[in-house]
Amino acid sequence: MGWGSESRPVEWHEPPTPDGAGALRRAFGRNLTAYGFLCAALICFALFSWYPMVREVVLSFQQNNFVDPGVWVGFDNFRTVIADPAFRSAWLNTAAFSGLALVIGYAVPFVLAVVLNELKHAKAYLRFVVYLPVMLPPAVAVLLFKWFYDPGAGLFNQALDVVHIPPLSWLDSTSTALISLVIVSTWMNLGTGTLIYLAALQSIPGDLYESAELDGAGLFRRVWHVTIPQTKLILLVMLLLQIVATMQVFIEPYLLTGGGPENATVTVAYLMYQYAFNFGDFGGGSALGLMLMIVLLVFSTVYLRVSREEDAR
Amino acid sequence: MTTTRRGLSLLLVAGLGLVAASCGSDDGNKPAAGGASDGPVTITVGCEPPKSNPKEREAWEADVATFQKAHPNITVQGKDAFPCINPDTFQAKLAGGTQEDLFYVYYTDVRKIIEKKQAADISQYVGTVGAVKDLRPDVMGVFKDGDKTYGLPRNNYNMGLVYNRKLFTQAGLDPANPPKTWEEVRDAAKKIAALGPGYVGYGEYSAGNTGGWHFAAELYARGGSMVSDDGKTAAFNSDEGKAVLENLKKMRWDDNSMGTKQLLQWEDLMRMMGGGKLGMMVGAPDVVQSVNNDFKGKFDDYGVTAVPESDGKSSLSGGDGYMFNPKASPEKIKAGLQWLEFHELTPGKGQFDYARSKEQGRPVGLPIPDLYGTSAPGNEITALRKQYATVPVDNFAPYVAAQGNITNKLEPPKAQELYAVLDVAMSAVLTRKDADINKFLSDAEGKANKILAKNT
Repeated sequence: MGWGSESRPVEWHEPPTPDGAGALRRAFGRNLTAYGFLCAALICFALFSWYPMVREVVLSFQQNNFVDPGVWVGFDNFRTVIADPAFRSAWLNTAAFSGLALVIGYAVPFVLAVVLNELKHAKAYLRFVVYLPVMLPPAVAVLLFKWFYDPGAGLFNQALDVVHIPPLSWLDSTSTALISLVIVSTWMNLGTGTLIYLAALQSIPGDLYESAELDGAGLFRRVWHVTIPQTKLILLVMLLLQIVATMQVFIEPYLLTGGGPENATVTVAYLMYQYAFNFGDFGGGSALGLMLMIVLLVFSTVYLRVSREEDAR
Repeated sequence: MTTTRRGLSLLLVAGLGLVAASCGSDDGNKPAAGGASDGPVTITVGCEPPKSNPKEREAWEADVATFQKAHPNITVQGKDAFPCINPDTFQAKLAGGTQEDLFYVYYTDVRKIIEKKQAADISQYVGTVGAVKDLRPDVMGVFKDGDKTYGLPRNNYNMGLVYNRKLFTQAGLDPANPPKTWEEVRDAAKKIAALGPGYVGYGEYSAGNTGGWHFAAELYARGGSMVSDDGKTAAFNSDEGKAVLENLKKMRWDDNSMGTKQLLQWEDLMRMMGGGKLGMMVGAPDVVQSVNNDFKGKFDDYGVTAVPESDGKSSLSGGDGYMFNPKASPEKIKAGLQWLEFHELTPGKGQFDYARSKEQGRPVGLPIPDLYGTSAPGNEITALRKQYATVPVDNFAPYVAAQGNITNKLEPPKAQELYAVLDVAMSAVLTRKDADINKFLSDAEGKANKILAKNT
């Protein structure tokens, strides 16, 4: 359905004939509405996605005060941000966040989806409950957790107290701050992941499970031998999307920890924000953004290949 | 494959086209040349009070009408926003050509804006503002770079110690006699924290660059400096710097008077102060104003004194003012200066129209702004403030009394970068009992030296 298939009926080497031109006109007229929609989408993408990306690349090689024309500085901005002591911490924290988010944020929705799929009663209600956090604006959800994590009167430490477990410092400790952010992120995004997995699970033919049950397979074996192989591609796609999303983590450190304690939650996106908006150094911020974009491009390329394979299936 | 390539080429061309278009668009924003000095001129001015603040908005509109009547060729177009400046949009507004002709700035950002040449040099026009000769030199110094001037002040204050008088009374302390030494602060904080769960004796920032900012305030008050005299190296790894962190560490871990929740940012302490469970924090009188206006506190419950042990030393200054769009024409700059002189710098007019403020039920009596010190306009403003006072001025008496012997000290160069570095040390002492202060200060010094050496 791409451009190629639409234009293929008109051969390049053919001289234009009244009939050929008419066919082209007819084909164009037939698809006018589609082209209209396509143009609107293209303009939006060009203005709000592609143009900022190109501008970011340009800015990363410039010193720009947005008053005079930018001065080309080669790789100076890159050298500056790489020499920043927070640079290493930011990448390590981002990698750790993504890793932890994979372990927790990737597995939990899948397990939940499997459990929801197996339930016989209250399925719709539980699905709604699981999806509920997605409906909260992210800032509200994050601020809610700020209260949960309060070391004194916070909900989590109150709960730990009930079961006689010593309170934790949560966001205030270098050892628990990052994992605390992962928990928030997982909770906020749980619903979407679970629903996607559920949709994938429901597309698995029921007779596969019936056959497995007839062969005496329990829940675990059914999941292992039927569910996972049947949802392999969607699992892979979700994995890549999860990596791309979690590597851009910003709102959680911005609202909950301000990058602390001791830079333990400074992420690449947060550092980028610091450079651009707090230090007024858009060149440095853009250089960091470009580095992150290149890393994400690798994952995005893999994602595109995987989705193409899925389409081909 | 051909299709993909063709699509990518199209995208690339579209992207490059957009870049070219954006580069070309600068020409349209060049200042209009010439123009008669008494010809019609329209200026856009930032920080018009928002409609959600009806009393201040009404006063602003009345002032605009009065000013335009006196200057029929000038049209003032206010641009409302709350807060008045948002660092997140500052650069974007400048790049997009929507920055006001007179834009509002905090002192913190002035140096950075001058360095990046993002404000117009108004040196050749500022002489027309008669009030400038009476302004405090340190206040005017904020907007100067060498012999060039880039803006005018609207508000000025220095840091003190804000305290909750009600909690002082509850804890058996005398609110009329606030702490003068850090030992007294420790003692008072312990008593307030002992009032019960949730009470915090002394609150401190340690995240989002606010920790470094307060470190600087406490360092100055002890006689220390953030940078060397030439501004090229860090100077906070000193006895005074260590004393700041040692003191916080003792209050946090030995006295347990700072609460358990740390990594606090600006709004957190405001909320705690407004909620009535925080005893003390470093801050200027504008904190009381914010707590009263936006965080449900009451003027009567708060007092301000000088930062302990700052007598004969310095205090970190803060404030705000206006700078001019670098693309503003000379006519706009001249008109803008006339507006600023009328609205921000004339006793009895604009922001100093205390008779009107009292009539509107707005707070009068806070010892800020202090733009003129003890020069004639300064004394006039002080007298007007006293005449129309609506807030308990005695609550600020200790702060006012100390001013004569405290020097205002500006923020260091590359302030935000240095504050970000010092957030690490501040958060470490407040979240880790075994934090090695010497190591953290030494690490911060190394990082700060790199930042100061960086030529951006």
